[in-house]
Amino acid sequence: MGVEYLILALIGFMLIAALVAVETRDLLSSVIALGAAGFALSAIDLLLGAPDLAITQVGVEVITLVLLIRAEVTRRDTSTPALRDALRTGAVLLAGGLVLAVVLLAVGAFGDKAALPAFGEPVLAGGGAVPPGVSKDYLEKMTLTRAEGGTGAGNAVTAVLLDYRAYDTLGEATVIFVSIIGAYAIIRRVGRKREGESL
Amino acid sequence: MKHSGMTLIVRSVARLVTGFICVFGVYTAVTGHVGPGGGFSGGVILAIGGLLLVLAFGRHGSLSLFTEGRCRVAGAVGALGFVLVALSGYAQGGFFVNGLPHEWETGGTILLSDLAVLLNVAAGLFGAFLALSAFRRRPREV
Repeated sequence: MGVEYLILALIGFMLIAALVAVETRDLLSSVIALGAAGFALSAIDLLLGAPDLAITQVGVEVITLVLLIRAEVTRRDTSTPALRDALRTGAVLLAGGLVLAVVLLAVGAFGDKAALPAFGEPVLAGGGAVPPGVSKDYLEKMTLTRAEGGTGAGNAVTAVLLDYRAYDTLGEATVIFVSIIGAYAIIRRVGRKREGESL
Repeated sequence: MKHSGMTLIVRSVARLVTGFICVFGVYTAVTGHVGPGGGFSGGVILAIGGLLLVLAFGRHGSLSLFTEGRCRVAGAVGALGFVLVALSGYAQGGFFVNGLPHEWETGGTILLSDLAVLLNVAAGLFGAFLALSAFRRRPREV
């Protein structure tokens, strides 16, 4: 029970950090607030028992922070910020969130025919009105040998990512590869190599 | 501008720590099938190790080791390796069929896939960092 309140507090911290990141005038403060939100998210991952995700989140967050700070420090923004109606933006966001929460509760987070499983229960494990899904099957058979329908891996996340759902991971790796290639094509300083110039 | 990196203290600490970071990244990927981690996490950690080197030693000190061309090649090798692992399933009867022995918690092809994803992600993220931090310099700084 205590973990849930800790997670709620972290979510609140993330909300505040995100608002600071959006509304602050200084680019460096904005980047740092963004990093604070990301690290809070990785702490939430850890509390929810997802160390794989927490490791990745911390790493990606560090890389993003270094990249953005380096870009910001080398190119200081000299433009004057336009005045925005922060109160109206906040009110619209709050109203949207409340509507979403009410809709989710109305669809049925309670009762026997709940559409949402209880907190901490896997969505595909067959809780509530959701039919018994695949993840429970995966978790039970994961450590078995191939002949018994398992993968032999001890880590459920890796077993799903690289064996049961390896096709999805192939798509993910392709997305990373193609986006990096595209970034090279866009970011590079000169499109063509001059005569006798080495890159 | 011989040393375009940071101060001596930062460079010494980076020299000491980078090896451990890189070993931990590879360890995270290699033990991904028995513990927390995997190819993506390991690749991100490995990329952070290279990033630390570039930050500490500057672009001149690190470009002898990593160029963005090499990063592109390494990323392509990782992506190709993953496809090869997928295609090797045809030897057992289908796409991505895990045909290697599964005893002793080895996970069959999971380890190979982890290594391929590690190479792909590490080279991709590090190459993106190199591109963003190094390409857009004024010519006098390059």
